[in-house]
Amino acid sequence: MILLVDLCFEQESLSRPEFVDPIADALRRAGFSCKVHHFTELKEDEPENYDRVILCGTALRDNAYVGQLEPFSWIKSCKKPILGICAGMQVIGAVFGGRIVPQPVIGMEKIEIVMKSPLLGVPREIEGYHLHDFGVSVPTGFRVLAESREHVCAFQHDRWPVYGVMFHPEVRNRWILERFAKLR
Amino acid sequence: MNYAANPCTIFLNPDLASLRVKLGVLFSGGKDSVFACYRAAERDEIACLITLVSENMDSYMFHTPNISATAWQAVAMGLPLLSWPTHGEKEAELMDLKDAVAAARDRFGIEGVVTGAIESVYQATRVQRIARDLDLWCFNPLWQMNQVDYLRLLLSKGFRVIISGVFAYPFDASWLGAELTEEMILRLAELQKRYQINPSGEGGELETFVLDGPNFQSRIEILKATRSYGNYRGHFVIEEMRLVKK
Repeated sequence: MILLVDLCFEQESLSRPEFVDPIADALRRAGFSCKVHHFTELKEDEPENYDRVILCGTALRDNAYVGQLEPFSWIKSCKKPILGICAGMQVIGAVFGGRIVPQPVIGMEKIEIVMKSPLLGVPREIEGYHLHDFGVSVPTGFRVLAESREHVCAFQHDRWPVYGVMFHPEVRNRWILERFAKLR
Repeated sequence: MNYAANPCTIFLNPDLASLRVKLGVLFSGGKDSVFACYRAAERDEIACLITLVSENMDSYMFHTPNISATAWQAVAMGLPLLSWPTHGEKEAELMDLKDAVAAARDRFGIEGVVTGAIESVYQATRVQRIARDLDLWCFNPLWQMNQVDYLRLLLSKGFRVIISGVFAYPFDASWLGAELTEEMILRLAELQKRYQINPSGEGGELETFVLDGPNFQSRIEILKATRSYGNYRGHFVIEEMRLVKK
């Protein structure tokens, strides 16, 4: 069972069909079961009850999660694979000491995979859908997996299966979600 | 861990608690914008519908058959309509859209826009940029929905949808004016397998018009319509209609 964490400004927001439901749909169609929890209702030890965790993205104007990082303190001690998408990557980066910085990108962008990884595979160029005003600096203890126009597009923790992607894999790159769901 | 010291907190939007957003729906009268409006109204406030009336029948952004009939749909749904002209020229029409959304913000106080985009990155990207430029929210409640499931959802919710235009092989004249049914959905799913068409028509293969739905206070009854068709392109133009109270 995969836990999807909804980072939108409130539960059952109009953003959920756009940023959470497509990920759930992609995973279910690939044969994986998942459950959605809003970040404000997540108990600290709850992620341990799942096989892996995905932190979903939010609307461009929605940065409510940034001022409420306490509910994400479990990320540092969680033993399960974690994938942060867009806002989710920003949260992971911030929790590990990175800085959220202005980085506006909207639309399809070329992405250079610069390091082989279980999540993105071998180095090559792909295209991904971006929708963000902010990005995050790479925290100590993380390696860069992909870049775009001098911005970090994906990172991975050096020791743990903790990943972040700034683009939205649920749009035209659902294979990334499937690879994450199959990570050992 | 001292999160309060994190510089990211400077970006926090303080107005998000219990947010009920006043929205303008980009409205073509087709199933996607009508359903997006329905979805948005379930939790937020629809302040107005925004229709771009394009002179160009092949507009990249804006649905054209029966666009003037959106005025009837707005009355049927009990919502104000902002109708805005555009020449429908590629990219220049985006400036017209921006002007229309800005006018809706000024006249109706909208704080965000809603679109019926499903898979079109082209449309979604451009509306997202306009919304950001105008400091507005942008919501796409149909985004990435499975198209066949979505068509079935329309039926189960009680929407009555007709085909108002066909623009690709293998659609023939028999599709014009036909109402969406389970049988039609099965045919569209088959055409998706054989010809890679988008079952919802978002690739421009089909256009639709909504006659009734759970968010309609009156249904639309067509009194007179004309069909024109040739070389896998055709229009079903509603010439006379009336509203029937439900």
